[in-house]
Amino acid sequence: MTFSPELEAKIERMFSQYPPDRRRSAVIPMLMYAQDEIGSVTRELVEEVARRTGITPLAVDEVVTYYSMLHRMPLGKSHVQICTNISCMLNGGTELWEQATRRLGIGHKEVSADGKISLEEVECMGACSWAPAIQVNYDFYHQVTPQKLDEMLTQLGAAR
Amino acid sequence: MPYNEPNPAEVRVLSKRFGIPNSQSIDVYLANEGYQAYERAAKMTPDEIVNVVKASGLRGRGGAGFPTGMKWSFLARNSPKPKYIIVNADESEPGTCKDRLLVEFDPHQLIEGIMIAGLAATSNQGYIYIRGEYRYLIDIMNKAIAEAYDRGYLGDNVRGTGWKFHLATHTGAGAYECGEESALLESFEGKRGIPRIRPPFPAVAGAYQSPTILNNVETYAAVPSIFRMGGEEWAKLGSPKNGGTRMFCLSGHVNRPGVYELPMGFPLMRMIEEVGGGIRGGKKLKAVIPGGSSCPVLKAEECNINMDFDSLAAAKSMLGSGGVVVMDETTDIVAVALRIMRFYAHESCGWCIPCREGTTWLRKILLRIYEGHGVASDVDLVGELSKNMLGRTFCPLGDAAAMPTIAFVEKFRHEFEAYIQKQVPAAQPDPLLQLASV
Amino acid sequence: MPDPVKLTIDGRQIEAAPGTLLINAAKAAGIEIPAFCYYDGYSLQAACRMCLVEVEKTPKMPTACTTPVAEGMIVRTDTEQVRRARKMTLEFLLTNHPLDCPVCDKGGECELQDMVFRYGAGGSRFIENKWHVDEKQWSPVVFYDGPRCILCFRCVRVCNEGMGVGALGIVNRGSVSEIAPNEGDHLNCDECGMCIDICPVGALTSGTYRYQSRPWEMDHVGTICTHCSNGCKTTLGVRNGEILRGNNRDRSGINGEFLCIKGRYGFDFYNHPERLQSPLMRVNGTLQPVAWSTALEAVARKFTETKNAGGKFGVIGSTRTTNEENFYLQKFAREGLGTNNIDHHRSGDVVTLLDALSGRANASLATTADLYTSKAVLIIGADLSLEQPFLAFQVRANFRHHAAKVYVVTPEPVREDKYAARSMRAAGDPIWGALDQMRDALANEAELVILFDDSIKGEGVRRLLEFGTALGKPVKYVALVDYANSRGAVDMGLTPDLLPGYHASPQRGLSLDEMINAPDLDVLWVIGANPLSRADLSASSPFLVVQDMFLTETAERADVVLPAASAYEKSGSFTNVCGEVQRLKKGLDVMGTKPDLEIIGLIAKEMGLAATVGPWIADRVFDQIRRTVRGYDVSLPVIATGGAAQTAPVNGRISSTGRPEMIRSVHNDLFASGTLGRYSKILNSVLEKTEGEVEPIEAVHR
Ligand SMILES: Cc1cc2nc3c(=O)[nH]c(=O)nc-3n(C[C@H](O)[C@H](O)[C@H](O)COP(=O)(O)O)c2cc1C
Ligand code: SF4
Ligand code: FES
Repeated sequence: MTFSPELEAKIERMFSQYPPDRRRSAVIPMLMYAQDEIGSVTRELVEEVARRTGITPLAVDEVVTYYSMLHRMPLGKSHVQICTNISCMLNGGTELWEQATRRLGIGHKEVSADGKISLEEVECMGACSWAPAIQVNYDFYHQVTPQKLDEMLTQLGAAR
Repeated sequence: MPYNEPNPAEVRVLSKRFGIPNSQSIDVYLANEGYQAYERAAKMTPDEIVNVVKASGLRGRGGAGFPTGMKWSFLARNSPKPKYIIVNADESEPGTCKDRLLVEFDPHQLIEGIMIAGLAATSNQGYIYIRGEYRYLIDIMNKAIAEAYDRGYLGDNVRGTGWKFHLATHTGAGAYECGEESALLESFEGKRGIPRIRPPFPAVAGAYQSPTILNNVETYAAVPSIFRMGGEEWAKLGSPKNGGTRMFCLSGHVNRPGVYELPMGFPLMRMIEEVGGGIRGGKKLKAVIPGGSSCPVLKAEECNINMDFDSLAAAKSMLGSGGVVVMDETTDIVAVALRIMRFYAHESCGWCIPCREGTTWLRKILLRIYEGHGVASDVDLVGELSKNMLGRTFCPLGDAAAMPTIAFVEKFRHEFEAYIQKQVPAAQPDPLLQLASV
Repeated sequence: MPDPVKLTIDGRQIEAAPGTLLINAAKAAGIEIPAFCYYDGYSLQAACRMCLVEVEKTPKMPTACTTPVAEGMIVRTDTEQVRRARKMTLEFLLTNHPLDCPVCDKGGECELQDMVFRYGAGGSRFIENKWHVDEKQWSPVVFYDGPRCILCFRCVRVCNEGMGVGALGIVNRGSVSEIAPNEGDHLNCDECGMCIDICPVGALTSGTYRYQSRPWEMDHVGTICTHCSNGCKTTLGVRNGEILRGNNRDRSGINGEFLCIKGRYGFDFYNHPERLQSPLMRVNGTLQPVAWSTALEAVARKFTETKNAGGKFGVIGSTRTTNEENFYLQKFAREGLGTNNIDHHRSGDVVTLLDALSGRANASLATTADLYTSKAVLIIGADLSLEQPFLAFQVRANFRHHAAKVYVVTPEPVREDKYAARSMRAAGDPIWGALDQMRDALANEAELVILFDDSIKGEGVRRLLEFGTALGKPVKYVALVDYANSRGAVDMGLTPDLLPGYHASPQRGLSLDEMINAPDLDVLWVIGANPLSRADLSASSPFLVVQDMFLTETAERADVVLPAASAYEKSGSFTNVCGEVQRLKKGLDVMGTKPDLEIIGLIAKEMGLAATVGPWIADRVFDQIRRTVRGYDVSLPVIATGGAAQTAPVNGRISSTGRPEMIRSVHNDLFASGTLGRYSKILNSVLEKTEGEVEPIEAVHR
């Protein structure tokens, strides 16, 4: 399996950061960045990461299934992550979550039929003082109001 | 741009460069006392460095408040193995969002703190473990690291002193448990985030089973100011045995939520009223979670308290990670308790029985109560199950789930009972429940 | 030895070596601290939290499984707090464990049941829904039931650390964590079943045993596996004359907890549909079933005629019949039939080794235990993990527990490479070059065990011992052989030139190959062997008598076929590759068959030679062996109680070492063991599943 030249370079740099006999340290970073490029953690990717780090595919699977940001199914083009943990909840995070599921007709870790948007109810993402917060892919949105969410979803291509 | 207006009550030491345009760049950093602390520390022996940190009274900002100087002094410096500096930037304790700002607005301050730890540890390599959700911080950090290499603050021959020190970022992938230091090390080594059996502690066998100093972002970020001011001076910023300032993350029902740098021991009520601008909508205060979701809740009447490790411990709570969550009179404590338990059940790594099964069971009971199917014995059961997790789990995540829950049912018992009485006609007990109860 | 540490557990003064874990110190004093995840010999987990105890001056209760003893420590294992913790942990555990004990294979042998019985509460306050996932089949022999799994991670460790296979892992997080196999939905592994055996509950179950029986309905017969030369003890679960399972019930054999797929599942050849259950005689060119009396009478008549006419006999013995049978057979051949034409398939040069050892200082035979304790081990030739599974397990455990240094010289990559101090590839003469390169490293070891296969024989063995002696360190040796009683067959004199105990025969007889190729053989008698699968009997057409369990290539050509009992159906003894004698225990009878000892005895009786050869009672024959065979005067109680005693027939030169060039190992792997393996359904099904290239049994056995 080959990645884009940029990712290959990144992986090369990653390996150089760890001691030579510790290639395994690159497993999680590699999975994260490769997932961004491929869209999900495919079987092929698991095997590739195993090969490059010198561990078994099973050992990679153990890792993949542990971390909540590693997905084995493709997500939507825009992955909308709504925090409902304590500070966000106190500021309407739960309502935002319900609003989004109603509008899109999909639930936790589901993808809209056109593949444009997926939803995830997430745990605290470090935006408590600017709650309620949403992350779309890796971009933060703070103090999101129902109106802002509505506009956001429209912009991301959600049907009215 | 910082996310909230500064407040006059703040004592801005760590956050002093926040708001300066381009504060991330090494030039701005150098123009604002940057890397002076390193120059000072570079002239000291490792023991001298440790003594300065000891004198500062700095206590770990990751949650447990362990004295940092002492931690550094435990490092097995004589070991023939390489020594590592690991930075815990996994910030995932609900209510906490300060490490994010420290990296976003002043990455070089962090690098400088790490370098001083590196000198104290006679280390040649550091890693910053950043939670996967903070991708943009990884980019910021990488850029700052590249600048530091460029200017000779990192590399094979740091500032011509002959000392070799390298630094790199490392991404997590979504797991609260990986903030726990030994689980973090496992994750760093490319494994599941399962904590390790201790002893040995990281100071003896940490990253790659080598001696390791592991601290929170804020802890390292405090180090340069300590070396600029001198340990004793820095200590005086705070309260006795609780040196310096602290980044408090004020959230919830206040008018001006935000991250504020205040002296250790700052009174909680002042923080809410003066810094936070009081409760939103003129409502009354009900309760405060003083240090992140794992800290036992304080009722309004318990909030006349100074925010430092010892005062909160005396009140049977904790200063934790500095996440101050303010709840007004409309807050539904059952909903809060349930949400917090959902978090812990989701984040339990699954290694040990009491945490894995305990958090899951508690989540189920709390959900049942919340949905109106609670039974009278449930409130006691929630308390008892929590107490039976406490102190018996493999790592402190089990405690983190149990402690706040015990406080919720003890301090707000009537709210749980209200849910139960409202919903379940006492005259018609469910025969199934009869069979299943002891 | 460092000074022992003194501590107090439950008010009792106890001494323990420094470093001893509390859980073991307590156990030695007869105090049980319950545990699920702790398992002696494997890495520590501290996951189940069953072993929490109170230690004075320690605020939190520590886990006894990870806390080493310390001087003056005061420990309490039976306080209110400890009891409450145990009970609560069990209640937590049972929130997701299905209470399907009535239909669970493990019922009656389940550690969770035992713990709840002892420390738990009968009731539960859990009234929510349990989490459920369906049971999965991972291989022909391994099933996994997720909800029953208590996540003690024993299976993962035994597979990874114990077997060196690493086919099991942990997936997901929190309460939905599960054990997972290495190929996503199925296992690609040794299928040894160690994971099933070590599972404290019924989460991992065996494809052959599941839903067959309650454990208490079976007789548990501890006997010896018949498949390879390692001689593992296996406990057969027998009910109504059927073997339902093989396992390691009490871990009392030399193999402790170890069994490979053959020992655990490979017993099933015994009721293969093609098992012979009646004597056969050639009538008008085809084999027809006949009564035992008819068959025995025909054989006796032919034998007597041939003997009286001064005809030529050939006798080919077996590597899977007992010492008693082998001893009796050679005695009958030599004293009853008057022939020295007796031999068997030799797979390792035991004879030259014994000869070369005699009189040599610092050199001896190794026991299986030595492989676990020796500071260094050298493996020459064999792919040990595949061909000698238990020996490989010992070496691996030695590496894990004692950091033993392992050296490997093999033609192909082997599993031992992974942890070997040094691995080299060589076959034939280059082996000596490789050994030369290792010489300095080996000489630095305090002691050494050398295992060698058939690539070293004859003069090679002498050269190897010279090499070993020159190291100047104590060296022990194992000559690897193939089958369950390969070693016993040479010891008992199933050779043309050596009598039992390696005394020279006054007159040398024909070797196996010579018999097959002899132009003038009148009678060929084959017991438990299949020489015609490899060779052609074209030079002559003797009267062929075959004793076997199946109609092998040899039996098909026979004039009389006598159906023999398998090792599970008789008593007697086997000698394993290291020369350790162990008792077989009879588990069942298969109708129509007789043990070879009885068959030989009945032929002798029929010929009127019973008085010459003596009684055909295993115990009586063993007595005779103990008295007459060099090295076999072993302690009876040891053997009688299911132990192993090493025979060491090394105390003088051996006049003849036969023809070492005839020695050849078939290098059976994990899934094969000659005829027995060919008729094991389970070995074949696993092979089909994992390799997809093995023909069905019918096709193999044309
Ligand atoms: C479940 C759990 C989660 C934790 N998460 C974090 C975290 O996100 N960031 C952090 O700095 N420390 C976290 N900690 C604390 C670390 O284990 C460790 O004590 C800390 O990083 C040490 O740094 P300090 O001495 O500077 O506080 C966590 C602890 C536990 C038990
Ligand atoms: S308390 Fe136990 S299950 Fe929970 S996170 Fe820690 S080790 Fe994992
Ligand atoms: S045996 Fe100690 S925790 Fe499981």
